[in-house]
Amino acid sequence: MPKEVTDVICPFCGTLCDDLIITVSDDNKTILGVKNACAIGAEKFNHQRLPGRVKRPRMRQADGTYKEITYDEAIDWTAKMLVKSRKTLMYGWASTSCQAMSIGHEIAEKVGGIVDNCATVCHGSSLIAIEDVGVPSCTLGEIKNRADCVIFWGCNPAHAHPRHMSRYSIFPRGFFTVKGHKGRKIYAVDCRYTDTAKCADEFIQVQQGFDYELLNAFRTAVRGDALPDTVGGVPKEKIYEIAEAFKTARFGIIFFGMGLTHTMGRNHNIDIAINLTRDMNEYTKFAIMAMRGHWNVTGSGQVLGWQYGFPYAVDLSRRDQARHQTGETTSVDLLNRSEVEACFYIATDPGAHFPVDAMISSSRKPTVTIDPHINCTTEISDIHIPVAMVGVETGGCAYRMDNVPIETRKVVEPPEGMLTDEELLTKINKRVDELMAKGGA
Amino acid sequence: MSEYIIKNGHVFDATQGIKGDKKDICVKDGKIVDKVGSSAKVIDAKDKTVMAGALEVHAHVAGPKVNAGRWYRPEDKHFDSHKKPGITRIEGGKSIPTVFKTGYEYARLGFTFAMEAAMPPLYARHVHEEIHDTPIIDEAALPVFGNNWFVMEYIKNNEIENTAAYIAWILRQTKGYGIKCVNPGGTEAWAWGLNCLTIHDQVPYFEITPAEIITGLIKANEYLGLPHSFHIHQNDLGNPGNYKTTIDSLKLAEGIKATNNFGREQVMHSTHLQFHAYKGTNWGDFESGAKEVMDYVNKQKNLTIDTGNVTLDETTTMTADGPFEHHLHGLNHLKWFNVDVELETAAGIVPFIYDPNNAVFASQWAVGLEIALYAKDPMRCFITTDHPNAGPFTRYPRVYSWLMSKKVRDERLNTFKKADKVIAATNLANIDREITLYELSQMTRAGPAKCLGLSKDYGGLKPGMNADIAIYNINPDKFPSSGAEIEKAFANVAYLFKDGKICVEGGKVVDMGKKNTFWVDAKVPENKQVMHDIREKFLRYYSVNEANYPVPESYAPHQHIISVDATTKA
Repeated sequence: MPKEVTDVICPFCGTLCDDLIITVSDDNKTILGVKNACAIGAEKFNHQRLPGRVKRPRMRQADGTYKEITYDEAIDWTAKMLVKSRKTLMYGWASTSCQAMSIGHEIAEKVGGIVDNCATVCHGSSLIAIEDVGVPSCTLGEIKNRADCVIFWGCNPAHAHPRHMSRYSIFPRGFFTVKGHKGRKIYAVDCRYTDTAKCADEFIQVQQGFDYELLNAFRTAVRGDALPDTVGGVPKEKIYEIAEAFKTARFGIIFFGMGLTHTMGRNHNIDIAINLTRDMNEYTKFAIMAMRGHWNVTGSGQVLGWQYGFPYAVDLSRRDQARHQTGETTSVDLLNRSEVEACFYIATDPGAHFPVDAMISSSRKPTVTIDPHINCTTEISDIHIPVAMVGVETGGCAYRMDNVPIETRKVVEPPEGMLTDEELLTKINKRVDELMAKGGA
Repeated sequence: MSEYIIKNGHVFDATQGIKGDKKDICVKDGKIVDKVGSSAKVIDAKDKTVMAGALEVHAHVAGPKVNAGRWYRPEDKHFDSHKKPGITRIEGGKSIPTVFKTGYEYARLGFTFAMEAAMPPLYARHVHEEIHDTPIIDEAALPVFGNNWFVMEYIKNNEIENTAAYIAWILRQTKGYGIKCVNPGGTEAWAWGLNCLTIHDQVPYFEITPAEIITGLIKANEYLGLPHSFHIHQNDLGNPGNYKTTIDSLKLAEGIKATNNFGREQVMHSTHLQFHAYKGTNWGDFESGAKEVMDYVNKQKNLTIDTGNVTLDETTTMTADGPFEHHLHGLNHLKWFNVDVELETAAGIVPFIYDPNNAVFASQWAVGLEIALYAKDPMRCFITTDHPNAGPFTRYPRVYSWLMSKKVRDERLNTFKKADKVIAATNLANIDREITLYELSQMTRAGPAKCLGLSKDYGGLKPGMNADIAIYNINPDKFPSSGAEIEKAFANVAYLFKDGKICVEGGKVVDMGKKNTFWVDAKVPENKQVMHDIREKFLRYYSVNEANYPVPESYAPHQHIISVDATTKA
């Protein structure tokens, strides 16, 4: 008899929905159905049973083809690469558990690695802004229960965080928000008319690259100071009107995404958005939140935070001190300058997201990629080590975009003999110890 | 397990009334014993001071706001991030050290237990992840209840049993230790940008006052018979004139008797009292109210307090008192971090520089010392820095030097840029008392152990107690006279034993020991009403499912569960 596993956590995006119901075959091996998930989340679970999944490590041959090798061989090769390299980029971590990260960091400390996560090409600019000016924020339940003014700025949850709007931000009825979306005023600020904008009461089309100016104009308007006739393509009357609406809201929230972090101004855009939020707290209650992408990129920042004190791009190559400097210890810059001697990728696909030059540099170095699936990065790696899917075939802790930790669940068994990230990293760690005890690779 | 005998040391132990006499301490199987065999390893403690491992009663060392403080302050790593000798991981940070550094530094100072002072239940998993990664020291965490919707609704209806049943449920879900209350009502008001500054202000919507919340939570604590008492960060923290509100809150404990099986006598622990003992009406006419507050504490036996000593450093303030951090940010304009937590609490963070050239900060420094020096019963007054709020815990040795030497303290006081103003606004210059080593052992060992309900195993050197022992390079007969010497002696133990194992030797970490996570399992009669309310609130108002709320066992691999039974109370 197939059975249902309830309260399952979706390992796709930073929304970290925890109400999925997964139907599993009697032998605990196959996922038969997914309920409550969005299309992307459902696909993540359905992937588990797709034919053609790589089940054993593969090593690239001289002719470019891949040959199956054993886990032991792959572990030995990886450990030797790590011990030999004086500076290894250890990038990814956003789709694995915090427990696995912890083991990875231990390895990095021993071999002199640089641990970086996807924030480096995503919300890294938000983190820089927060390092500069702080951030007034809240948990997603606060928005559900209190927010009557919701602003989506440069983000498109309708596509990137599909259940965000129904679970937390637009539609849910909460304790002080019994009317659901009818009691909320929704604003979308974007240079395009997105599907999220379609759900908004008010769409404010900002001229591309003028987010900073428009945010600045809102700060000015809130203080009642003078504005030019238009700012970023928005007439000043509109800006004054909306600023007044923000001030009279009971609880406002700004959600922002790549439209702010990766357009002209980058961290400065976030900086001023945070400052607007801060200003608003002189009049009413206001919060701001980054729409984090990968389901556990937030977790990587947290674990790095409590172990080393920085949220991403942590250089442990000095072995006695952790360093973090954007532009210096960040992955893309390291690769562009060809500053690392080997690459160790886990639970993320830089091949799909990094600039081409960085990946060309990466492809010339010894590379190991640990990922359940074939992706752009596995195809330029010397070794691809497949692992169980975290959140599907093994559990582990993850942090939601509001930093709330949730323990993901194992719903099915991984393919026979397949290691989890934790098991694999533990074995690599052990092999590194053996090699270092012997004095090197 | 190895046996040890610590010979010829000057022993200070309040649980046995030993005041510096030379006495051998024997260790076997992780406990202190009467005697050991002839093969026991001998530790020569001649001309050294031997005390039990110290206990931290209130510090912010693990969890979401501590970690936000770490990662949003990269500059804090620049102050002190050097690896010290020993088998340690990379250490980083000064006011908010990384978890590794936190464990090592407490051990180097002679501590073996630390209480994380504020755990938001929704973030309990995070707190335990950090506790799990903090080496050597035993830890526990206090979930916050003072602004919790369930608690406010039950107390408003005068339902103490339901309040207690809900608290018992939360302690089990979060692996929590007791009842923490931060700015009762004020933090819920902060969710609308408001605050409660006196204990009679109404909490918006919930129609309850801080006074009612405090009284209700004390009663629930005694109904359950928890090892620790109700632990409060009071309303109106850090404002001139707040000493009246402080005494008003303390008075709420009058007439309530402690009910428990752990030897605890207090029903209220009022934390970082320094921040709550100010007179005056503004920062211009600000004065110390330490005497007034401590006069009350001294005569009211069912209270304990900790000091919250300002150490005059650049540090990072962090508290579940959300409105206070917003207010503080308005004063110093440094970066402000805030998180409001659904149905439960909030937290704020602001970096802070206690500049000794500023008369107010120097006066706060004096108020903190006055609190400890006015305390008549060292078993009820504990030394803290409310780490990292008034300063980092790594400054304890310096705080001890100010408390133990009038000369050292006066040197500091008289060399403030605005010394005259500080002396006029405080009473410190007129206090001659010097805390003795024996009193220090009460204020940092026996006292906090008793207050936390841990006096069976911690805080003393009686046979049968945990072999948690700190040996300092201090000869009580030739007590160091300079501040620097006192500091140095307390900053690096000669030896630290944790559960009978040497973890620090000569200031060097040599072993990670066996770390325990403490939590309290309170059994209550089956309560259908509370279980119904929990189910309903999770279905309707929380953003996580009830089934994903509890902290799994794996987060506390070495858990020490203290059970209390309140099932017979119904």
